[in-house]
Amino acid sequence: MYNEKVMDHFEHPRNQGAIEAADGTGEVGNAQCGDIMKIYLKVEADVITDVKFQTFGCGAAVASSSMATELIKGRTLAEAWELSNKAVAEALEGLPPQKLHCSVLAEEAIHTAINDYRTKHGLEAWEETGSHTH
Amino acid sequence: MNTDKRLVYMDHAATTATRPEVAEAMLPYMTGHFGNPSSLYDLAKASREALEEARERVAAAIGAEPKQVYFTSGGTESDNWALKGVAFAKKEKGSHIITSVVEHHAISHTCEWLEKQGFSVTYLPVDRFGMVNPADVEAAITPETILITVMMANNEVGTIQPVAEIGAIAKKHGVLFHTDAVQAVGHIPVDVGELNIDLLSLSGHKFHGPKGTGALYIGPGVRLDPLMHGGAQERGRRAGTENVPGIVGLGLAVSLAVADMAENAERLTALRDRLTAGLLAIPHTYLNGHPDKRLPNNVNVVFEFIEGESILLLLNRYGIAASTGSACSSRSLDPSHVLMACGLPHEVVHGSLRLTLGEETTEADVDYVIAAVKEVVQRLRDMSPLTPPELRSQSIGGDKICITRR
Repeated sequence: MYNEKVMDHFEHPRNQGAIEAADGTGEVGNAQCGDIMKIYLKVEADVITDVKFQTFGCGAAVASSSMATELIKGRTLAEAWELSNKAVAEALEGLPPQKLHCSVLAEEAIHTAINDYRTKHGLEAWEETGSHTH
Repeated sequence: MNTDKRLVYMDHAATTATRPEVAEAMLPYMTGHFGNPSSLYDLAKASREALEEARERVAAAIGAEPKQVYFTSGGTESDNWALKGVAFAKKEKGSHIITSVVEHHAISHTCEWLEKQGFSVTYLPVDRFGMVNPADVEAAITPETILITVMMANNEVGTIQPVAEIGAIAKKHGVLFHTDAVQAVGHIPVDVGELNIDLLSLSGHKFHGPKGTGALYIGPGVRLDPLMHGGAQERGRRAGTENVPGIVGLGLAVSLAVADMAENAERLTALRDRLTAGLLAIPHTYLNGHPDKRLPNNVNVVFEFIEGESILLLLNRYGIAASTGSACSSRSLDPSHVLMACGLPHEVVHGSLRLTLGEETTEADVDYVIAAVKEVVQRLRDMSPLTPPELRSQSIGGDKICITRR
């Protein structure tokens, strides 16, 4: 059902865990639908110096979380904001069609965490648009 | 834990391996005795005789007469035939069917289709153990009711329905009673006479017979339209050249299953209870289905805070084959309708695990599975944002990252 890359990230998730006193956190999804993703960010000078995730969900949800955190670690917030669900799915070398929403969840969790950071720091939350400008 | 090549198959409710002696018995009917049972010449005689011997075997297994057994392609066809066949044969008498909310999709989706054809269907609720209340069946009967269909044993939670009581109610009201006994035949005693059953579906691959084989028992005086139209096979009721090798396999498999049934059931019940106890020792874990009135080989539990597909993927790495009611693992992305009907909240249904044992299951397998499930559940709980702090381990994954909680 899943390719080797997805299974690798599912079985050996990168950046799994929580960050104490995180600078930004974002939790999306709901238990009813079967997946919840929570992203923790550590930010220094606009750069994501550390990121962790906790996920309740299927193999694709865990793998998407793991891959997404890898892709944004060390990036600026603006760069991380640009990470699309498509990029997460592509980095995983593809997800089954019915599991693509898991990669959407990863994008949303990162956006929520970034905006949590921004609002905590008195900045305007970035808006969710098709093409993100900020 | 050692995660080498060991295979522990705990998905016998999904399918079983064909017994080697069954496969062997089938082979001659593919090669030497390949004759069409409908043909006149001598070559066909062996096929014809094999067909009738298998019919006797199936009949004996369920307390029926051989002439009441009709071979089909499996449980799904038998269910479709029983429901559609009765509905259309009796539509002048009435158009109401009674079923339950925990039936297999072969029943529930057929009922939904019949609704589109103008029939009305009552879907009876179940209690938290997945059990239908016979009083509800009786209360649902109207002058329009033509058929009651309630499964004998549930494929997901293993609950054994009060079929004898429902059969008696059906008889009292002169309504036909069908039961999907796909999970029951070969596993628990089934007697169509004692249980007042008019129609019964069974499937070969659930008791170590070949896939693509099954039968419908049709009781005396039951009128139903054919599902398959064509030749005059099966006394003109089910068209299509008989799957002779498959039927031979079905017949032998059911005989063997019934011969060992009591002994197997006793052994499996002990293993089932050992497995259940081992799993329920994991905190925030609950048993689904009835504690006692359940199939001897069925264990179904839910683990809070985690999701079933992830459980299965990790168990697969231990060589353990199991099943879940989580939406995420189903092609339709629908959570188990059975667990939902038992009153479980959505989020808990996602964390369900079904383990169904078989005759090759050993106590060592059960202990191995308990240990593996404990590791898998802990690993996933450590990963889940829903897990309360007291259920988390100190370190997670291979990275030994300390979880710090505020």
